[in-house]
Amino acid sequence: MTKNTPSLMARYGADTAFMTFVAALMAFLYIPIWVLIAFSFNDSRSLTWPLSGFTLDWYRKLAENTDLQAAIGNSFYVASLATLLTLCVGVPAAMVLHRFDFPGKSVFRRLILLPITLPGIVTGISMLNMFRLMGFQLSLETVVLGHATALLGVVVTQVYARLQRLPKSLQEAAYDLGATPWRSFVDVTLPNIRSAIVGAGLLSFVLSFDEIPVTFFLTGRDNTLPMYIYSTMRRGVTPEINAVGTIIVLLSLLLIVVAVIATRERRK
Amino acid sequence: MAAIIELENLSKHYSPTIIGVDDVSLTVEDGEFVTLLGPSGCGKSTLLRMIGGFEAPTHGSIRLAGKDVTWDPPYKREVNMVFQDYALFPHMSVGENVGYGLKTLRLSKGEIATRVKDALSLVGLYDKVNQRPQQLSGGQRQRIALARAIVRRPKVLLLDEPLSALDAKLREQMQIELKHLHEKVGITFIMVTHDQTEALVMSDRVVVMESGRIAQEGRPQDLYDHPASPYVANFIGTTNFLPGTSGATQGRLTHVEAPGTTLRAELDAAPPPGREITIGFRPEKVRVLAETESAENTLSGRVAEVIYYGLGLRVAVELEGGARVFADSLLPDRLAQSVLPQIGQSMRLAVAPHNVFVFEGRVAP
Repeated sequence: MTKNTPSLMARYGADTAFMTFVAALMAFLYIPIWVLIAFSFNDSRSLTWPLSGFTLDWYRKLAENTDLQAAIGNSFYVASLATLLTLCVGVPAAMVLHRFDFPGKSVFRRLILLPITLPGIVTGISMLNMFRLMGFQLSLETVVLGHATALLGVVVTQVYARLQRLPKSLQEAAYDLGATPWRSFVDVTLPNIRSAIVGAGLLSFVLSFDEIPVTFFLTGRDNTLPMYIYSTMRRGVTPEINAVGTIIVLLSLLLIVVAVIATRERRK
Repeated sequence: MAAIIELENLSKHYSPTIIGVDDVSLTVEDGEFVTLLGPSGCGKSTLLRMIGGFEAPTHGSIRLAGKDVTWDPPYKREVNMVFQDYALFPHMSVGENVGYGLKTLRLSKGEIATRVKDALSLVGLYDKVNQRPQQLSGGQRQRIALARAIVRRPKVLLLDEPLSALDAKLREQMQIELKHLHEKVGITFIMVTHDQTEALVMSDRVVVMESGRIAQEGRPQDLYDHPASPYVANFIGTTNFLPGTSGATQGRLTHVEAPGTTLRAELDAAPPPGREITIGFRPEKVRVLAETESAENTLSGRVAEVIYYGLGLRVAVELEGGARVFADSLLPDRLAQSVLPQIGQSMRLAVAPHNVFVFEGRVAP
C-alpha cells in the first residue's frame, strides 16, 4: 500500500495536469466564439465588458442589410460551385493517379498538389493575368474557377490517400464476380471512398467560403462575405458582424451534423 | 473426363529480363483438384491470375471448356477466385457479399436469396448472413470467401494461397474441409500454395513450378517417390543429398560411389558409368542399424545433433566422408521407453536400394 502511494500520487498529479491542459486548450479554441455569440445579443454598440443588456436588434439590422445578404448569397454560390467543380475534377484525377502507372506520374501528382502550397496571392495574381489575357470578364464565376483550382489539391490528396488504403483485391473481386469496371466502381470503390469525398468536399466548401486573397483578385463587382466583412472593418467591428458570425457558427454545426450522418457506417 | 482448362505455351514477360511465367502448357481435367506449388516468385500466382483474367499473357493462349478466353476480362469468364486476403466487401453484409455475384447475373431476388442460403449453409455459416465480414474470425471469413466464389457455380474455382492467413491448427482443419467441399460441389479447383503439405493433402495432381516453368507434375505420391530433380525432391519433403559418381549397372541395380561408401540404387533408367551424379534419399526412409546388424547400403558416422519433434526423432549424422545426413525415426512409445542417441556416438544407417534417388549432375541445392 505505502509502496504504491507515491506512484498513485504521481499519477493523480499527471492526470490533473493533463485535464488542465485539455481545459486550457478548449478555452483557447472556444472562448472567442462564445464572446462573439454573447456580443451579438448585447444591446450596446461598443464591444466592452460587461454586457449591458439583451437585444435582437443586430439580427433585425441584419435582416434589413441587403448588401450583407447579397454577400452571404454570393459566398454560398461561390463555395458550392467551387466545391462541385473541384470534386468533379479531383475525384477522377485521384482515380487516374491510383489506377495507372505512367511516366512522370509523381511529377503530375506534385503539380496537382502545388496550388495548395502556393500562397493565395500568387494564385490570385496569376489567374487574374490569365483571365485578362483571355479576355474574361471578372465575375463570381472567375472566383469559382480560382477557388476550384486552389482546392483541387485538397480533394486529390484526400481521395488518393483513401484509394491507396483500399486493397486492390476488392475491385478485382468485383470483376471476378461479374461486375464491369463501371459497376465495380459504383458498387465497391465508391462506397469505400465516400467518406473521403464528403470530407474533402466539406473542407473545400469551408476553405472557399472564407477565402480572401484569390477572391480579392478575381472578383468583379460582387462581394463575398469575408470581403464584405473586411471592407466594413474599416469602420470597426459592429455587433451586426457578430450576428453574422453567430449564424455562420450555427450553420457550421449543422454542416458537421450532416457530414457525420453522411459518412456514418451503415449498421444493421 | 474432358479438359476444362487448357494452357498453351503461356508466358508472362514483364520485361525481357523479368519473366513471371515461361512457356507453360498445362491441361486440367473437369472436376480435378490441381495445385500449383512453388516458392514465392516462381510464377504460380501469376499463372493463376492469368487464368482468372487479372493479368494478360505476353504469349500463348488459355481455353476454358474449349473456348478461347485469353483476352476476356475477368467479368466475362466463368471462373471465380478466392483471394489470399479474401477481399470481402467491408460495406456489405455477409449475405450481400455472397449474393453480389448473383446480382450481376441479374437473377431474381428470390433466386438470389435461395442460392445465398444454400452456399452459406454449405460452409456452415448461414447464421452469420446479416453480420459484417469485420465481425467474423479469420476462418469464418475464409469460408464466406469460398461461399461467395462457388455460389455462381463457376466452371473452375481458383484459390490463391487460401489458407495462408490462418493459424496452423485451423489450416489443418480447413485442408480437409476444402477437400470435402471439392468432392461435394464437383467444381474444378486450381489452388496456389507454397506449402507442400497442403499440396500433398488436398490435390489430385500437383504442379511444381520453378522460375516460371513447370518443374514436374503428377500425383502427390508420384512426386514424392519419383522426384524428377533435386529441386522437386527438396521442395516436396526433405531429402539428403550426397555428391557421387555412377558405376556399373547389374540388372536394375546401379552402383553409385558416395564419399566414403558405395551404394546400390534401384533405377528405371541408369546413367552411364563414370558420370557425376547427385544421390538423394529421404530421412524417413533411412533405418538406424543395431550394433551387430548388417544390411545393404550402409552409411556410418557420428551423431552430430538430435532433434525431438514429438512425433519422432531426427538425428543428424556426420558421415565418415564428411557429409551430414538426417535420419528420422518415429517414437511409437513414450520417449522414456526409448534410448536416445547420444551426441558423438557412432551410428550406422541403411537405406534400401529402391529408396535411393539418382540425379544427373552435381546440383545439390
